[in-house]
Amino acid sequence: MTEAATKPVVIRMYAAREEIYPREAKGRYASLRWACVWITQIVFYGLPWLNWNGRQAVLFDLGARKFYIFGMVLWPQDFIYLAALLIIAAYLLFLVTAIAGRVWCGFACPQTVYTEIFMWIERKIEGARSARIRLDRQPWSADKLARKSAKHLAWGVVALFTGFSFVAYFAPVRSLLANIGAFALGPWEWFWIGFYAFATYGNAGWLREQVCKYMCPYARFQSAMFDKDTLIVTYDQERGEPRGALNPKATAEQAEAKGDCIDCNMCVQVCPTGIDIRKGLQYECIGCAACVDACNGVMDKIDLPRGLIRYSTDNAMDKKWSAKRIGQRILRTRVLIYTALLVLIVAGFGTALALRTPLKLDVIRDRGSMGREVGDGMIENVYRLQIMNTAETGHTFRIKVSGIDSVKLATPDEAVLDGASTRALPVRVQVERSAAARGSNHIEFELTAVDDPSLTVREKAVFIVPK
Amino acid sequence: MADFTSGFWDLYIIVITVLAILGCGVLLWSQSTHKVEAGSDGTTGHVWDENLTELNTPLPRWWMWLFYITIVFALVYLVLYPGLGSYAGKLGWKSSGEYQQELAKADADYGPLFAKYASQDLKAVAADPQAHAIGERMFLTYCAQCHGSDARGNKGYPDLTDKDWLHGGEPSVIKETIMKGRNGMMPPMGAAVGSEADIENVAHYVKSLSGLTADPIKVSFGKTKFGACIACHGPGGVGNQALGAPNLTDKVWLYGGSAETIMETIRKGRTNTMPSFQAFLGDAKVHVLAAYVWSLSNDPAPANLAAAPGVAQK
Ligand code: SF4
Ligand code: SF4
Repeated sequence: MTEAATKPVVIRMYAAREEIYPREAKGRYASLRWACVWITQIVFYGLPWLNWNGRQAVLFDLGARKFYIFGMVLWPQDFIYLAALLIIAAYLLFLVTAIAGRVWCGFACPQTVYTEIFMWIERKIEGARSARIRLDRQPWSADKLARKSAKHLAWGVVALFTGFSFVAYFAPVRSLLANIGAFALGPWEWFWIGFYAFATYGNAGWLREQVCKYMCPYARFQSAMFDKDTLIVTYDQERGEPRGALNPKATAEQAEAKGDCIDCNMCVQVCPTGIDIRKGLQYECIGCAACVDACNGVMDKIDLPRGLIRYSTDNAMDKKWSAKRIGQRILRTRVLIYTALLVLIVAGFGTALALRTPLKLDVIRDRGSMGREVGDGMIENVYRLQIMNTAETGHTFRIKVSGIDSVKLATPDEAVLDGASTRALPVRVQVERSAAARGSNHIEFELTAVDDPSLTVREKAVFIVPK
Repeated sequence: MADFTSGFWDLYIIVITVLAILGCGVLLWSQSTHKVEAGSDGTTGHVWDENLTELNTPLPRWWMWLFYITIVFALVYLVLYPGLGSYAGKLGWKSSGEYQQELAKADADYGPLFAKYASQDLKAVAADPQAHAIGERMFLTYCAQCHGSDARGNKGYPDLTDKDWLHGGEPSVIKETIMKGRNGMMPPMGAAVGSEADIENVAHYVKSLSGLTADPIKVSFGKTKFGACIACHGPGGVGNQALGAPNLTDKVWLYGGSAETIMETIRKGRTNTMPSFQAFLGDAKVHVLAAYVWSLSNDPAPANLAAAPGVAQK
């Protein structure tokens, strides 16, 4: 280092965010993103309003600890299915990332989707990119105040509706709406609507790319799923450089030497994370392809082929592969393993779900006595049957015991349970003294719905014959 | 009870906690800017291993503010809630208070149901399937430890499903038993009865009262010595429910009907306690519970209550 370069300076370890004014991108990928916005939001906002069997089709009733998902009612004991679902979602994400990079980030992630909606509102009220920059540089005026308040008001409304829809997954939506009208919600419902609305407003309105760059954990480890055959948004250096403005007076030779990039900066202006893709792959890039749309538009105008910025892979760029070759490389070992695992888990999950019996039985032996002698040489043990009918319909269940000769139930062998109810049923089981060995013997309880023999559960238990 | 045996540890924890939090703040503040020997090349000026330099890539500033907010939150929290040594916090929050609140809420939720049954006759409550289901659950929770899930009792714990009652089987008496508890007391009678032989004779006489096989000679001797027992069990040994003295003429035995067990009972006496549930459960719940217990040995309604539906969970 030279002498001149070593004078003490104060640097800041924390810097203010620089406002990014993304230009609106139009094109194939922008339409795709809007399609994703519509689909996800119709599902998210609409699902709570759907009814099924006379109740809300999807409702996570935390108070009663029941998850209703269309025809299915999940109890806390079914938590494993939720875990499996999360594993499936994670694997799906890994698979998609290995193939096509951060397309989830760019198209379907809630952060992207809500930012897209909020930016649309912003454009409608404050105008296009240049108008927004101008407005922000202006001193405060009535017009600026009006536009800014209108924007935040509109954002607030969308955010509140989002918060409301979110809570509607946990509290019945119709009574929720009625109670909001009457200002009769519980404190927690207010809190969560407010909290979720605030999070939407803050994340989609203010933080935007900051979430992707600094908060999102997925952004931190998705590079582990990347390899040289992963599709990424990339700028064709060879074709673009040296960049420079179009010069109508250039000689044919000069034009020949110049690359295709006209340095119009469109790709930078549309980028929601404010980066320049021409500098190569960067961790801030969420793979939204807005720059692809922008550059394609420019290429169309100057009559050059599209694809100066495009989805491609590292390998394809280095080795000049054709689109076909890129397609073939999709089926590489990593992808095949991800796919195989995913298929396996989905199949297992599906089978488990299909075979699931909405009936559960726990057998608890009474601890108070080991086993008692009753009249006519019988030994008796007492059990408590914890029966859970997790179906929505009630049934009469028949109880059977087996495992030792002469084993029989000394209490009524039928139990009635309403839909979605539990019952602790004390039962007495008797065995002839001569039929069983002293000490513990294995028996089995079987519970069957009288009107539906497929509803059957078995549970092992121990029968004790006192010494 | 004090949380600490000496005031020192209280202070020790308070000082460490506060210093640690303030220390975080000072660290954050002192590290937010850096004076470095830097060039204009965007590096922090640190150089390692001859030529490795560190780029100055600042974190977002809102992040720093979040750190400060966290510190303020921690301080406010420690003022309001317990956390600083044994300081109780301005809000006086306690986990037991939380529990009481939940209890009060449950009482408010289910109170009306119990109040409805409390105003009904015990036998009518016993015939109500819903009350039966509630009673069954309460029995399994509070009574099954001693009397068994099936209410048939254990050695020393009465069977509640037979017609034999120590204190009386009327619904109101059962309720009183659960409310107030009972103390079963048979004093040691060895000295009063006499010699070891006398005790054995009395035991055989007692066996004969309920028709069990007994030595006739010992029975006749024992009969003369039974006088010591008459005060409680009556001249014929039929017991006295006012005292809780068991009927000796039936085949129901609390501790067992062998001569040895009876001799031991005479020699050492027996003490039994049924705890009182008045303070714990309150009148309304005991009302439902008593009705259930009564229904175990009586048939309150022709309907098969054993098949009463489970308690639905919403
Ligand atoms: S560089 Fe292109 S693909 Fe990456 S975030 Fe910016 S606009 Fe989207
Ligand atoms: S949009 Fe295309 S032509 Fe314009 S600067 Fe970007 S890469 Fe170059």
